[in-house]
Amino acid sequence: MARLEHGLECAPVMKRNRFFPLVAALALLLTACPRKNEVGTATAPNTGDILIGEYGSLTGPQATFGQSTHNGIMMAIDAVNAAGGIHGRKIKVLTEDDQSKQEEAANAVTKLISQNNVLAILGEVGSSNSLAAAPICQANKVPMVTPSSTNPKVTTIGDYIFRICFTDNDVGSNMARYVVEQMHVKRAAILTDVKTDYSTGLTATIEKTFTSLGGQIVGRASYSNGDSDFRSQLTAIKQTKPEVIFLPGYYTDVGQIAIQARDLGMTQPFVGGDGWESPKLVEIGGKALEGSIYANHYFYADPTPVVRNFVQSYRDRYGAVPDGMAALAFDAARVLADALKRAKALDGPSVRDAIAQTRDFPGVTGSITIGPDRNAVGKKMVIEEIKNGQLTLKGVIEPRGAAVQAAATR
Amino acid sequence: MQEFLQNLLNGVAVGAIYALIALGYTMVYGILKLINFAHGDIFMLGSFTGFYAGGWAAAHLNGRAGTWMSWLVAGAVMLLAMTVCGLFGYLNERIAYRPLRHAPRIASLITAIGVSFFLEYGGQFVFGPDPKFFPTLVKKHLIRVDGIVTTNYQVLVLIVAVIFMAILQFIIYGTKFGRAMRAVSFNFETASLMGVPTDRIISMTFIIGSVLAAVAGILYGLSYPKIDPLMGILPGLKAFIAAVLGGIGNVPGAVVGGLVIGIIESFVGASQFSSFRDAIAFVILIVILLFRPSGLFGKYEPEKV
Repeated sequence: MARLEHGLECAPVMKRNRFFPLVAALALLLTACPRKNEVGTATAPNTGDILIGEYGSLTGPQATFGQSTHNGIMMAIDAVNAAGGIHGRKIKVLTEDDQSKQEEAANAVTKLISQNNVLAILGEVGSSNSLAAAPICQANKVPMVTPSSTNPKVTTIGDYIFRICFTDNDVGSNMARYVVEQMHVKRAAILTDVKTDYSTGLTATIEKTFTSLGGQIVGRASYSNGDSDFRSQLTAIKQTKPEVIFLPGYYTDVGQIAIQARDLGMTQPFVGGDGWESPKLVEIGGKALEGSIYANHYFYADPTPVVRNFVQSYRDRYGAVPDGMAALAFDAARVLADALKRAKALDGPSVRDAIAQTRDFPGVTGSITIGPDRNAVGKKMVIEEIKNGQLTLKGVIEPRGAAVQAAATR
Repeated sequence: MQEFLQNLLNGVAVGAIYALIALGYTMVYGILKLINFAHGDIFMLGSFTGFYAGGWAAAHLNGRAGTWMSWLVAGAVMLLAMTVCGLFGYLNERIAYRPLRHAPRIASLITAIGVSFFLEYGGQFVFGPDPKFFPTLVKKHLIRVDGIVTTNYQVLVLIVAVIFMAILQFIIYGTKFGRAMRAVSFNFETASLMGVPTDRIISMTFIIGSVLAAVAGILYGLSYPKIDPLMGILPGLKAFIAAVLGGIGNVPGAVVGGLVIGIIESFVGASQFSSFRDAIAFVILIVILLFRPSGLFGKYEPEKV
């Protein structure tokens, strides 16, 4: 279907010669009215609400990512507004659902920028979706802050694209190192989702680090996000007798894969990244995930006051424990609000400069400093284990620094 | 050897589900020369009926049910899904295809695609587009035979599929209705001149095909418990390929075709080409059509003008 839709998009371009003046005139007429109080955001209005766009996977295969993110953002923005907003003006969040699809992410961002004239954009979780939307934000000079896209490519799109979480390079190398050094594993297999940038990126770093530390990747197999049958790939992996199976995928597939692996009599633990982070993970995987571990951005039962307060107010508001996506979204929205307060003017370039100057912002997921590559630098990582159907803290990996440098040159 | 047998077993379990869906394609094609593209979505409706009914039953039984009770519930859920899908199959034919019976065949074909989209996106609207998780109707346990591991679910899939195929075989070759069906398939006009109630026969064919799709939907839901409104597209396409592979219009051909596709997929998935798994199924379709346009079991009949 994607191809058909694409064809439809092309149609007006082909007809531009004849109909363009007419279409343009109509478009002007149509957009003139609703834009009355938002006219010329580009020239910084100084009254009314400040419009911020959010695009996310509110429905579709990664729905819990989008929903948690939305909850986190709304909680943060409501708190900012309750505390007086930005120089007395309130922030208004306009939310678009991209159905976990790349083409919809691009459409959503185009709509937010061209129709709603938003000042900045928050989103996405899935790296593929962020990569589809980022070039549009960059071209329109609208700063975009992704709470939780970890693929390194996302922020290389341009100087308007920021991220407040660690990248796949950090996750991949830390996971591989953890498995080798703490679990003393020598043989591992990797099962990659070839359809997402997240999974292929993570696979590359895991492989590199794992083999450089003396481990051996004995089995490799791949699947496509949304497949149902993984038995044949798992049968192939089973023959190679790995000690653990790296599974850098998203939670919907992870649960199914684990169940089918146990059906085949495989007992190895799975090791994953933050794509596992969802309240649905254990609900789907159940007992099959017992003993498996994954890297995450924060641990909900962390005793520090900042995390405790966040978890408590999230619980009061939504009646659920916030997952990592909610925590990162909460931080992303607060970093953006903080930047809006500091910005010299409320336009794209000034807001971008303000975000880039973020230093030691006290976030729920750790202290946030935006580095020269527009990524958050020096964030800690937690390793969670599924034990008796509960997420438990297995380890904390402190920010990479001297220790890692030493390991790399060893 | 163990790996070979394990892959074979996995393939047969998937293939049996494809075969059940393929039967619906092939029966409708045999009678109407129409490819009912909405068939994969009827399969999806079967899964969703099972999801809601099974979820309701699980909530009300609260795990109090004994083994025989849970089997009974599973049977009831399947019967309900069969009823719902049979009804949809009937309505589909009655509303969308019957008025076009004498229109050019391309009109029915496009209508079939329309009905398919209607069910897919209607499903997204009614059920919501996010994936749901099929309830565990019967307790699952592992079965180990000589290094090969399977579950009682895979065995169940095979047994149920074989039972329904046997019933279908009996209906087609052992009943008066089956004879009428074969007559309509052989020559639509002559059959109606001989007093065969063709409209009723066609309705029944749609109902039977849809009932089989419902069975496939439940078995699929049990084996791969993640279901969503677009889940019918790929299994539907593969079952269609299975039907063409076996010779479209040919009932045993659909069964063989389904098993062959399932087994090939399983072996491709286990090789290093696992990301090409779906592509392989379509390559097979193209190759078969090039060398045997009428499929493995089909008779080649030039179009009569």
